[in-house]
Amino acid sequence: MAAADVATLHNGSEGPRTRWKYLDRILDRPGPFTDPESFVPGNHETLEIAKVLVIGAGGLGCEVLKNLALSGFKDIHVIDMDTIDVSNLNRQFLFRAADVGKYKAEVAAAFVEKRVKGVKITPYCGKIQDKDEAYYKQFALIVCGLDSIEARRWINSMLVGMVDGNDPDSMKPLIDGGTEGFKGQAKVIFPTMTSCIECQLDMHAPRAAVPLCTLATIPRQPQHCIEWAHIIAWEEERKEMTLDTDDPEHITWLFQKALKRAKEFNIPGVTYSMTQGVVKNIIPAIASTNAIVAASCCNEAFKILTNANPFLGFPETDGYMMYTGDESVYTYTFEYKKKEDCPVCGEDALARPLQIDPEATLQEFVDSLAERPEAQLKTPSIRTTEKSLYIQSAADYERMTRPNLEKKMKDLTAEGEEMLISDKAFPMMFKFVVVWKK
Amino acid sequence: MMKIWSMKKQQKDAEVAAAASGKKKFSAADLRVIKDLEHLSLSDTMELKRELDNYKNFTLAINPDEGMYKGGHFEFAFEIKPTFPYDAPKVRCTQKIYHPNIDLEGNVCLNILREDWKPVLNLNAIFVGVQYLFLEPNASDPLNKEAAEDLKHNREGFKRNVRAAMGGGTVKGESFDRVLK
Repeated sequence: MAAADVATLHNGSEGPRTRWKYLDRILDRPGPFTDPESFVPGNHETLEIAKVLVIGAGGLGCEVLKNLALSGFKDIHVIDMDTIDVSNLNRQFLFRAADVGKYKAEVAAAFVEKRVKGVKITPYCGKIQDKDEAYYKQFALIVCGLDSIEARRWINSMLVGMVDGNDPDSMKPLIDGGTEGFKGQAKVIFPTMTSCIECQLDMHAPRAAVPLCTLATIPRQPQHCIEWAHIIAWEEERKEMTLDTDDPEHITWLFQKALKRAKEFNIPGVTYSMTQGVVKNIIPAIASTNAIVAASCCNEAFKILTNANPFLGFPETDGYMMYTGDESVYTYTFEYKKKEDCPVCGEDALARPLQIDPEATLQEFVDSLAERPEAQLKTPSIRTTEKSLYIQSAADYERMTRPNLEKKMKDLTAEGEEMLISDKAFPMMFKFVVVWKK
Repeated sequence: MMKIWSMKKQQKDAEVAAAASGKKKFSAADLRVIKDLEHLSLSDTMELKRELDNYKNFTLAINPDEGMYKGGHFEFAFEIKPTFPYDAPKVRCTQKIYHPNIDLEGNVCLNILREDWKPVLNLNAIFVGVQYLFLEPNASDPLNKEAAEDLKHNREGFKRNVRAAMGGGTVKGESFDRVLK
């Protein structure tokens, strides 16, 4: 400790760990809350060899990449499919005007690598959906700074599906940050152990919408006129064309329509940029909210890997930190309970191997489901991701799928395929992975 | 991390999940739609028309057995987005009908389809909501302004217009689709 104290912070020549002087104080000695069973004083390797993935290199992603690099992480991967827009520059500080049009992941990676010596950042410019299990398996944990629910649900179900009961390394902690204006949240998910994104879906307030009849008959605000042009006028007049919110011609058309309507109702204030904002559902991003949420996410990543202090999301403790800065400042941390019947991480939704005789007929398989003590499904409906094998929930589908009963299982499904079995009598659905009985 | 894992071990003697990697998986939206469709409780006045393997697009038919729209057959096209149930399904009446809450293009004004939609709601709730529009058309949330005015000020005239429109007739110069069963 004494040696670290005499080293000066700004002079890199004083020793290889000068830059990490203050970090080492946390890594080298326990604090009052440190769990002595899991903390190893002086362990610098964990951070250096841990490969972490950052999803999103936007408002949160820039902060997260900078924070991780400055917290001692050395092997960081980043995924983002977007290119830099001029409107990003006010807060996405790894980008400069000359970078507009380039891929965010590439520019962000190069910038941080240049500023923090010794850190390796590997960018991937594309969609998270391009990557498979093998790819996600290589990371110690994943930090998300995403702006869509869809992407969150995808990575969530991927990580839940990856958990293999015999391999501790298959469970990847997911740290999810999100911001909207002055509000934000940071949460930690241990897939299959604690409540997942899907369990928490009910809590995501969908965006505020105005009743259709207000838009159609009594608009009161300029936004109502824009939504009217967006939802009603476009459908009426340009039905054959799919609205592209990035096409200036389309936005101009909507803007003109909205402007005309606003004049009819004597509503001032419709502008081109407001049209763009309403149609693309742009919520002003606040740089400092991003900074707060990203800082929290990175602290959790650091603590999970080093055990230096208790972290958010330990099973049966608080895992969700919400922050709101729009009415003064308020933050609250709580435990979001796991949903028993969650379609993604519920006990029955976790894909389990199911031994099936490839030579058996579907009828024999259905009969066996009624007999299996753990199943006892008397009226099961069976589907694979490809097709409905036998559906009993409605009489006409039963009739349509009945011919399948005589077919052999090997002709209906394949090894490794997901199979969903439901029964009207039970609220849950059972998900299996087909394994041929030898 | 190791500590968490040992908790998991104790929690349940975990079964081995066979690697399904490379194979297509059910998406979260798929799972939720299938679940909703499996647990519908349709009344005799509702019919669901769906292709076997298409969960994303289907038609709901309402055959009201009471009220002003009795004897009609009304079809609604449902489109489930990949963001379901975060986003409500898109619902559109495929016929041109005379109704204060449904415009001539088929847009439907129903609170739970827009401003009051929540992911805790399910398809059944929407089906019931759509059916309710035919039992209690609502003049205070108009999408077809003329129809709403008629309903508000001249209920008998509105009823006559409904019958005429359902028969494929013309109301105030606008011709409607025949929707009688």
